[in-house]
Amino acid sequence: MSNSTEAGGSPARSLRERFPLLSIIAQRMVLSLILLLAVSALIFGGVEALPGDFASTYLGQSATPEAVANITAELGLDRPLVTRYFDWLGGVLQGDFGTSWASRNSVSEQVGNRLGNSLFLAAFAAVIAVPLAICLGMLSVHFRDRIPDKIINVISLAAISLPEFFVGYLLILYFAVNFGIATFPATVYQGMGFLERLQTIALPTATLVLVVLAHMMRMTRAAILSVMSSAYMETAELKGLSGWRAIVKHAAPNALAPIINVVALNLAYLVVGVVVVEVVFVYPGMGQYMVDAVTVRDMPVVQACGLIFAAVYILLNMLADILAIIANPRLRHPR
Amino acid sequence: MRLREIPITAWVGLFGIALALFCALFAPWISPYGETEVVGNVWQEADAQFFFGLDNLGRDILSRLIFGARTTLIVALAATVISFSLGIILSFTAAVSGGLVDTVFSRFNDLMMSIPTLIFALVVLAVLPQHLIVLILVMAILDSTRVYRLGRAVALDVAVMEFVEAAKLRGEGKIWIIFREILPNTLSPLLAEFGLRFAFAILFLSTLSFLGLGIQPPTADWGGMVKDNKDGIIFGIPAALVPGTAIAALAVCVNLVVDWLLKRTSSLKGGRGDA
Repeated sequence: MSNSTEAGGSPARSLRERFPLLSIIAQRMVLSLILLLAVSALIFGGVEALPGDFASTYLGQSATPEAVANITAELGLDRPLVTRYFDWLGGVLQGDFGTSWASRNSVSEQVGNRLGNSLFLAAFAAVIAVPLAICLGMLSVHFRDRIPDKIINVISLAAISLPEFFVGYLLILYFAVNFGIATFPATVYQGMGFLERLQTIALPTATLVLVVLAHMMRMTRAAILSVMSSAYMETAELKGLSGWRAIVKHAAPNALAPIINVVALNLAYLVVGVVVVEVVFVYPGMGQYMVDAVTVRDMPVVQACGLIFAAVYILLNMLADILAIIANPRLRHPR
Repeated sequence: MRLREIPITAWVGLFGIALALFCALFAPWISPYGETEVVGNVWQEADAQFFFGLDNLGRDILSRLIFGARTTLIVALAATVISFSLGIILSFTAAVSGGLVDTVFSRFNDLMMSIPTLIFALVVLAVLPQHLIVLILVMAILDSTRVYRLGRAVALDVAVMEFVEAAKLRGEGKIWIIFREILPNTLSPLLAEFGLRFAFAILFLSTLSFLGLGIQPPTADWGGMVKDNKDGIIFGIPAALVPGTAIAALAVCVNLVVDWLLKRTSSLKGGRGDA
């Protein structure tokens, strides 16, 4: 960003010419910010516009007209929608997500504790899944249309079809109950040692890895295969490079941009997969918090969690865009 | 196309889908016990009388599995059909109209897709009343964004062809062009996509039911059955895994058929010449 101050007075056109990469990255960031703002409006406004009277739901059996009016005033639901949206947005920007309707606790406090747990779980899964998926993808291309490729293809097709909770309970039944070599439920608490924590989340991590691996591997395979059919790969083959060397030296660098895209897409998927896995393993993260809030219709919590999940998702997609632009010089000069 | 050319994996897939359909259609006649009938002890082990054992309330798991096929298939199929019709009509309209309509539809679609499906569904289901129609519509609308994206890409490829141009010059209306010119020429990739969306709908419905936000008890549904029986896992009772296996098997079967359809489409595009 210091570049824009250096070139202070010059018109935008020359700025763009001097720093094509930076200006494209800045453009992507602004776009994502706008998108995020639109998403926040959608989550807040959409939820408010949908039918369903919060106050009556909230009170349940004891919903007398006076009580409903009281609650409506107390929760501030009698104020106009736009005022409430900007109040909410202002609070969010300062890290204040309001108070939970169900427990009357600060939402931000809960989110602060749980977000770290969720990200830790997702990051640990990603560290294992990403290199594994790319290696398997390259192997599969190397042996394409032969037995190893076909085996990988059928197994990954099956793995894509498995719901997260099925994989999770299968692992629990075998590794935690029958063999007793893993822990269930995966309860983590503050002040827990790092190694101990890793051991506790071994099963949820394994579940996430299994779920994401197949997808990522298939997409990696497709990305490399589309590069393999290009002319320079034929040249590499004709000049006598071995198949494996041709893949590592020529195909992989050119498939980098699509692979980065695949990885980011699946990391975003991982963030969502965390929701189900957390419920299965009773892991104290954002996903479980959100699902619990949805069942009791605790709207401030639902909105906060929805916005945070969407923000992480958008952020990862933006990161993928930017990395792909850096990896592929052709994308730097669109049109 | 000859029957012999269908690969064995596709046969397995077709057989699995047919089996699930058979269970769904004839559930009351082939299930040994009623859907909500309590016939024995809680989590009674499997024996000759109860093929898969009993569930957390003492209901026969096999019977609930058969009735569950009905609920799961109907809801997933209804959601897929609605999502497909919606996605295809909107995307084809966008592709044929172009200009402002295309921009508005596509930007709105981008906005919808920038929120993960499950998260979006959770937010929406937190507000809406729990009702089967609501569930189907939420699943359909969220899924139609994916259909829209594919449909628009496919339709744009076809919309620039000469015969569409000719139809436009002939003075045909938009509806004619969409249904008589573009749709027939995009049918095979869309058919594969339909299967893919259907498999996804089964998994998505099961996930929602598992989280307690999908089909409400006591109606049997595979995802909900996993939720009902999940506490047994800690005691080593595999009751929750039976419906889980059913979901996985059905999704695998649909994916096997889709895989074959996709390969067939791409080999047609490669121009082997034998349609």
